[in-house]
Amino acid sequence: MWKYILKRLGYMLLTLLAVVSITFLLVHTIPGDPFTSMVEDLPEETRQLYMEKYGFDKPLIVQYVRYITQLLTGDLGASLRYPGRKVGEIVAQYAPVSASIGGLALFMGVVLGLTLGILAALKQNRWPDRLVMVIALLGTAIPTFVIAAVLQYALTVTWPVFPTTGYGTWKHLVLPVTCMCVSPLASYARYMRSSVLDTANQDYILTAEAKGVDRFHIVTRHILRNAILPCITMICVSVGGIFSGSFIIEKIFAIPGLGKYFISAINDRDYSVVLGLNVIFTGIYVMAMLLSDILLMLCDPRLRLSNDK
Amino acid sequence: MEPLLKVENLHVRFASYAGNVHAVRGVSFEVGRGEVLAIVGESGCGKTVTAKAAMRLLDRTNAIVDKDSRIELDGQDMLHMPRRKLNTIRGKDISMIFQDSMTSLNPTMTVGKQIMENLLTHTSMTKGAARKRAKELLELVEIPDPEDRLDCYPHQLSGGMRQRVMIAIALACDPKLLIADEPTTALDVTIQAQLLDLLGRIKEQNGMSVILVTHDLGVVASFAQRVQVMYAGQIVEHGTVEDIFKRPKHPYTWALLSSIPGRALSSKSELYALKGTPPDLRRPLIGCPFAERCEYCMGICKKQCPSETEVSEGHSASCWLCHEFAPKVQPPRIFGGNE
Repeated sequence: MWKYILKRLGYMLLTLLAVVSITFLLVHTIPGDPFTSMVEDLPEETRQLYMEKYGFDKPLIVQYVRYITQLLTGDLGASLRYPGRKVGEIVAQYAPVSASIGGLALFMGVVLGLTLGILAALKQNRWPDRLVMVIALLGTAIPTFVIAAVLQYALTVTWPVFPTTGYGTWKHLVLPVTCMCVSPLASYARYMRSSVLDTANQDYILTAEAKGVDRFHIVTRHILRNAILPCITMICVSVGGIFSGSFIIEKIFAIPGLGKYFISAINDRDYSVVLGLNVIFTGIYVMAMLLSDILLMLCDPRLRLSNDK
Repeated sequence: MEPLLKVENLHVRFASYAGNVHAVRGVSFEVGRGEVLAIVGESGCGKTVTAKAAMRLLDRTNAIVDKDSRIELDGQDMLHMPRRKLNTIRGKDISMIFQDSMTSLNPTMTVGKQIMENLLTHTSMTKGAARKRAKELLELVEIPDPEDRLDCYPHQLSGGMRQRVMIAIALACDPKLLIADEPTTALDVTIQAQLLDLLGRIKEQNGMSVILVTHDLGVVASFAQRVQVMYAGQIVEHGTVEDIFKRPKHPYTWALLSSIPGRALSSKSELYALKGTPPDLRRPLIGCPFAERCEYCMGICKKQCPSETEVSEGHSASCWLCHEFAPKVQPPRIFGGNE
């Protein structure tokens, strides 16, 4: 098991390197540079001076090697747009904001989504199932920004229950978290429903029934344990998205999170910030995938043993 | 003595988009105490459905069991019993072994827990006692190192071992009736023989009744006392093993027996194969269901379904050939040899 995890960590580093390289190339292919977008009518000589200062006049390969070496020392670099601000500091400042909203949304999505999915499956083709499926359909079909705009208008303008924008108190969290969890909630519900239905049709459920096990224990002991397995991967993928936050939600509710910062960094051609954030997002994502594999191994004895060999 | 299981006029239909499939058409039979009854027939003839209906395992499917069908276990009406009561009988008085042990065991639960579950559901045993009993059961089904095996997951065991575990689960509470639904189909021949041998010995020890559902006539000959042959959801012939193998009366039974390899292979002649396919069970059947494929089909066979005719005590066949006015036909020379 440990050997397996070490191996996976090795692959993770390779994935990170690949992502960094591709992002590096992409960022530098976008037309423009960090300085022209900052000041209007920047004199050409000043621009050249800045380009030389940051080494952007060198061939791309040289810049790439320099960036990777810098990355290996654990330094994500400093912002070009706001000199003196390290990328690490930016993350430390904005990530908790995104994480609080994303984490809460994920938690709500998982808890409600799985519960609704199980409920729908157990009441298949009856009204609770129909209701859940309608909710799931709407949740997947209606874009987040529409839900956000409607909720914002209804609950802050028409009936001012919650603050319109900003971040600080729990009241600020309600609307963004609600909007953010709708879509994942819908997909978890659908996924869990079909997984439960699939498990309920397995032969071993028939065996349990033939043993005289009552319905409640069939569901809790036999169905749920097996039905949750395919959902673990799906949920862990979403964990990766917690910190990057939702750009749309953060924009609509004016939340000072990483998502919003990330977009403005791209617009500003703030190379080091874009790259740095990407490294961190990728790292979290890959960690989440590893987590999902470890969780699956813990939950599914079949995977556990095939990896011991 | 009162028979252990009594099935009367059992009709099972499955709702499907293309119409109701009438899978079991008025089946009636009895299983005596300590008796082994084999239900044989080709795939789709309704043998498994009959067995599942007896355990009420069709409740959660799209199956419809007719209102006036009756299934009684030890005098208790199984079909109209409330679920709570049913669950005190299933697994205790009547239990079942399924065909595919790979899919019939819960992959995320240890073998020991799956055996213990049965004990803990039906007795007031403590977990420790249940574990001890589970170990004894594994010993009973001749699994080596039972203590270690208790903590194994199904995928760590071989097919034969898993089927032994299935038997251990089914036997946990000393059932009065064991339904074995093609228990050896998924296994290779040597393991098949071992398992049947084991089942036979256990049956001798505790005197339970067994319903053996199979399409393997070799298994039937060595294990059962009575046989009923099913075709298209109906019982076409039933009798003792002797009756069915030595003095079969129904052309379908003749065909089944003739298609057993062995004889044919040694004589280098081509193995007999029954031509055609069973009738579409979505449509009502007029006449004998086997008429289309029967070499001895007569005019009446296509018009009217033959009723059951008793040819000797305990041996009946539903065939017009058994009618007193029917022409005498010479059945083919088959497997066990005619008398």
